[in-house]
Amino acid sequence: MEIPRHWRLKQQRYSLVGEVCPHCGNKIFPPRDVCPNCGDEAKELYTFSGKGEVYSYTTIYEAPSGYDANAPYTVAIVKLQEGPMITAQLTDLGDQPVQIGMPVEMVTRKMRNDGDERGLIVYGYKFRPASLDRV
Amino acid sequence: MTDVVIAGIGQTEVGEHWKLSLRELAFDAIQEAVKDSGGLKPQALFVGNMLAPNISNQAHLGALIADYAGLAGIEAMTLEAAGASGGAALRQGYLAIASGMVDVALVIGVEKFTDKIGPDVEAALATTSDSDFEAVQGMTPTAQAALIMRRYMYEYQVPSDGFAGFALTAHANGANNKYAMFQKAIKLETYNKAEMVSEPLNMFDIAPNADGAAALVLTRRELLPTNFAHPLVKISGSASASDTLALHDRKDILYFDTAQLSANKVMKQAGITLDQINFFEYHDMFSIFAALQLEAIGFAIKGQGWKLAADHEIALKGKIPCATMGGLKARGFPGGATGVYQAVEAATQLRGQAGANQIAGAKYGLIQSLGGPASTAISHVFERL
Repeated sequence: MEIPRHWRLKQQRYSLVGEVCPHCGNKIFPPRDVCPNCGDEAKELYTFSGKGEVYSYTTIYEAPSGYDANAPYTVAIVKLQEGPMITAQLTDLGDQPVQIGMPVEMVTRKMRNDGDERGLIVYGYKFRPASLDRV
Repeated sequence: MTDVVIAGIGQTEVGEHWKLSLRELAFDAIQEAVKDSGGLKPQALFVGNMLAPNISNQAHLGALIADYAGLAGIEAMTLEAAGASGGAALRQGYLAIASGMVDVALVIGVEKFTDKIGPDVEAALATTSDSDFEAVQGMTPTAQAALIMRRYMYEYQVPSDGFAGFALTAHANGANNKYAMFQKAIKLETYNKAEMVSEPLNMFDIAPNADGAAALVLTRRELLPTNFAHPLVKISGSASASDTLALHDRKDILYFDTAQLSANKVMKQAGITLDQINFFEYHDMFSIFAALQLEAIGFAIKGQGWKLAADHEIALKGKIPCATMGGLKARGFPGGATGVYQAVEAATQLRGQAGANQIAGAKYGLIQSLGGPASTAISHVFERL
């Protein structure tokens, strides 16, 4: 499958590397080369803390191929502490009900495989409930 | 500027057409539209399609369909803007005729979902979102809508059956449309008992994927034959706007900027205000989308769009009738054909041929075709002359 596409996103997938706008200080994730706040060019890298809170969430029962073996799973829009929103799966939930405003933190997890035993496994960020001793 | 008019309309039934291929569906709609136009000869073909390269392993639909329809030699190409592909094809046809470069344009929307089933269809649909930052997380368009709806219900304290009115209206109207996938009215209890798909979306908040094709023949008013058989309907406004693919890149996920931008442009072009619009064909892929379109365009204030449905104001006799032939929910969601179905239905209303669902004296119809969560919105105003 698409090895170069996943490889070139490794900084974002594994360590939430986005950008900070040198003109207005806006923090940007996912990276984009024009700052959505001031419209100037933004290419300075910035690593996010991975802390945030749930802005909205839902459960997927009818999943796309490559993900259907893991269904049902919970997806969310997470508002990062530094400002931007990010779309991600929630993980390690146990019996804990998800709520809007729930504090979460980024972890690295297996995202999908292409169904072939010799195929690529894609790893990336998910978010788990932030436990008090880790906050 | 010269008047761009709808000379012919055609559509197939929306549903699961296991026996028919993409090209056969397209031809059925083309044949009906050309016949309806009194046999005008198309010089250009614009195809609206969303997923054929993925679901049917077939790209290059322009030449394919032109050839299959016996039109080889004419200009032909595909327009793709996810769920707004049909609106994009209509706009391209409009621009071609309005510019004077083309005299007769054929606009066809066609989608063939049932060449694949289940997870493969979900994967195909997911390609319309941000592949690197949404789809990779296992996201789907349905989940995007659920994320919006959950936040909306939280912010505006909407009751759990607050959105039921959208499905009830759609199904009531679909009951009188012989082309609709679902031709049966539903009750509130049915909505309330329906299975959750992605909370808070239940199956009646979601339009069904389906096969179908719809077609329009466009020309300039002065090129119509003197014995033209139908009441005249012209395109008085046409506009398109774009926004982020990913929800997380939006400043406000509860407001459809593109719906507002493109609707404002077309109303200005048509020289009309909101209160002159007799009906609105919105893109109710999900009930929450219908609510956000009503709010963005100005039929309701922010956070109150669902109340128009709950208060029956979108019914045929309401303040602003919507989904008059069943909308996406009951007529069905034939992907890139959807925007062309909306146009065929609006033309049917304005010709006075909508039967039991006729809006009496309708003069202006607004139609809006969305790609993704309004990442694209393409609006048109149709006017009876």
